[in-house]
Amino acid sequence: MNPGLHAEIAVRRGQFALDATVQVAPGEVVAVLGRNGSGKSTLLSAVAGLLRPDTARIVLDGRVLTDTADGVELPPHRRRIGLLAQQPLLFPHLSVLENVAFGPRSAGIPRPQARETALRRLAEVDAVEFAQRRPRRLSGGQAQRIALARALASDPDLLLLDEPLSAVDVELAPALRSLLQTVLAGRLALIVTHQVIDALMLANRVVVLDAGRVVEQGPTREVLTRPRSAFAARLAGLNLVSGTATADGLRAEDGTELSGLTESAATGTAAVAVFTPGAVAVYVDPPKGSPRNVIQDRIAVLEPNGTLVRVRGAGGLAADITPAAAVELGLHTGAGVWFVVKAAEVAVYLTNGASQ
Amino acid sequence: MTQTRDPHIVHTGLPRALWLPALMALGLILLPVLGLVVRAPWSRFFTLVTSESALAALELSLRTGAVSTLLCIVLGGPLAVVLARGSVPGLRLLRSVVLLPLVLPPVVGGLALLYLLGISGFAGYALDVAFGVRVPFTTTAVILAQTFVAMPFLVVSLEGALRTAGERYESIAATLGATPWTVFRRITVPLVLPGLGSGTVLSFARCLGEFGATIAFAGSLQGVTRTLPLEVYLQREVDADGAIALSLVLVAVAIVVIVVGRPRAVEGLQ
Repeated sequence: MNPGLHAEIAVRRGQFALDATVQVAPGEVVAVLGRNGSGKSTLLSAVAGLLRPDTARIVLDGRVLTDTADGVELPPHRRRIGLLAQQPLLFPHLSVLENVAFGPRSAGIPRPQARETALRRLAEVDAVEFAQRRPRRLSGGQAQRIALARALASDPDLLLLDEPLSAVDVELAPALRSLLQTVLAGRLALIVTHQVIDALMLANRVVVLDAGRVVEQGPTREVLTRPRSAFAARLAGLNLVSGTATADGLRAEDGTELSGLTESAATGTAAVAVFTPGAVAVYVDPPKGSPRNVIQDRIAVLEPNGTLVRVRGAGGLAADITPAAAVELGLHTGAGVWFVVKAAEVAVYLTNGASQ
Repeated sequence: MTQTRDPHIVHTGLPRALWLPALMALGLILLPVLGLVVRAPWSRFFTLVTSESALAALELSLRTGAVSTLLCIVLGGPLAVVLARGSVPGLRLLRSVVLLPLVLPPVVGGLALLYLLGISGFAGYALDVAFGVRVPFTTTAVILAQTFVAMPFLVVSLEGALRTAGERYESIAATLGATPWTVFRRITVPLVLPGLGSGTVLSFARCLGEFGATIAFAGSLQGVTRTLPLEVYLQREVDADGAIALSLVLVAVAIVVIVVGRPRAVEGLQ
């Protein structure tokens, strides 16, 4: 038997095409990162059996759930896969306790034992006090916690989480996120999200999906600190310039020379230079003085980023500066600027041709 | 379900010219009923509505109406689920077919039933030969005629409720390990109960008011096929007062139906 999840899924719907392979090893939580329309939710629905893929092979703990080549397609209720959706979707006509006991009851467990299981699961999410309530008398955060208890109560082999925090109030999300962290530990789970913080806190491994394809995957920390694709860098809030490695840094595709900290001397091979927006200074006049990395650009977007202002260049680079500095420099959209970053702040590493 | 209007909100763009036709429309609905009430033989009312023929008609109407409504639920309910959730080709065409009794003149429906189940119809002939059963001009015929005309009301309101409820709860229930039958029993049915209720009330009202299909397919035999509307029509020939009194009984039933079922029925049909 091959434990864990192995899913190869291809779905084509009009303009959109998903073609991805995702694996989850035993005890591992994998985050699928991607923006809206990247195919994340389609992937989850196919794994849950709620959507029929064009071609697929999905194996969970050695059980073949879907195999289009052999005509195998297990219905959702026989997959032993739990789903926590964006909306809690608690059954409105049942009490909280009956909601959580629904899974065990469906498995044929007698009412008293099912209730016992439900109460235990409610205790796990710290919601026993709501047992007798109707779902409509719960807040969004409470309802989502109970939906989690309900998903766990049916004792699934794999838990799917589809943007579980996106519909929860901003101030309640952190508490729910750390609850998920506790509950998911040691479980097989696949979580779809477009928020890096979810991946960082919940997942051991990250799969980055863009336009229906896996563009990057690896341990969470590695993908988020050393992204090899522009998209993963954007998600992680990092600047990424791709090009070829030089002796002291990288030559960008447009010819700009960047110096930085190089990990090897494999000159001429594909590489990326990565640095944080906070390390980038913005000048309205050509900077003079010490040899630093200077990139001329034009401001495409000015947007708030926490207490700072994020300056986004037309070339894709981002810089974080204080609002006071932005006012002093008289920055506005379309203005020509020079982005400056110290060599010591730029990490250059090889991409092994993994992606562009 | 009543919505109170906030008097602070200024409604713009209601042309005054709409008021007159709107009032006329309202008058056309309300004044005839008022006419009945004014013209009613109140002194003899009780005697008229408790005459032997009136009571027989009332009893028959309630009995057949109840059975027909039950048939609508038992047969039309599953049909609504298939129409709302099924994925067979030609479902859109099927949906239009269900509306046929709604737009067809009832008397045409009655004739159609007669030529299907009458002694000269192919199904009627088969039934007669095989079992010696003749359907036309029996109470069974009344029930079939009423079920025929009332079915769309139940199917349409239930299908609307099923669509509004959506499939998301059902999907979640399936991921919790519930078989399709358990999902139907414990999730689908409870969620559409309001829609089913309003559909039931509307169907029952339509059954009680059925005239054309019944007289064409079942005739007018006292105690067997002569329902309340048929009795009203017959009484009009001999004793107008009796017809008015019985009409008022039907009006009263209609008002009860509207009060009980209307708000949800409107939701269900959306």
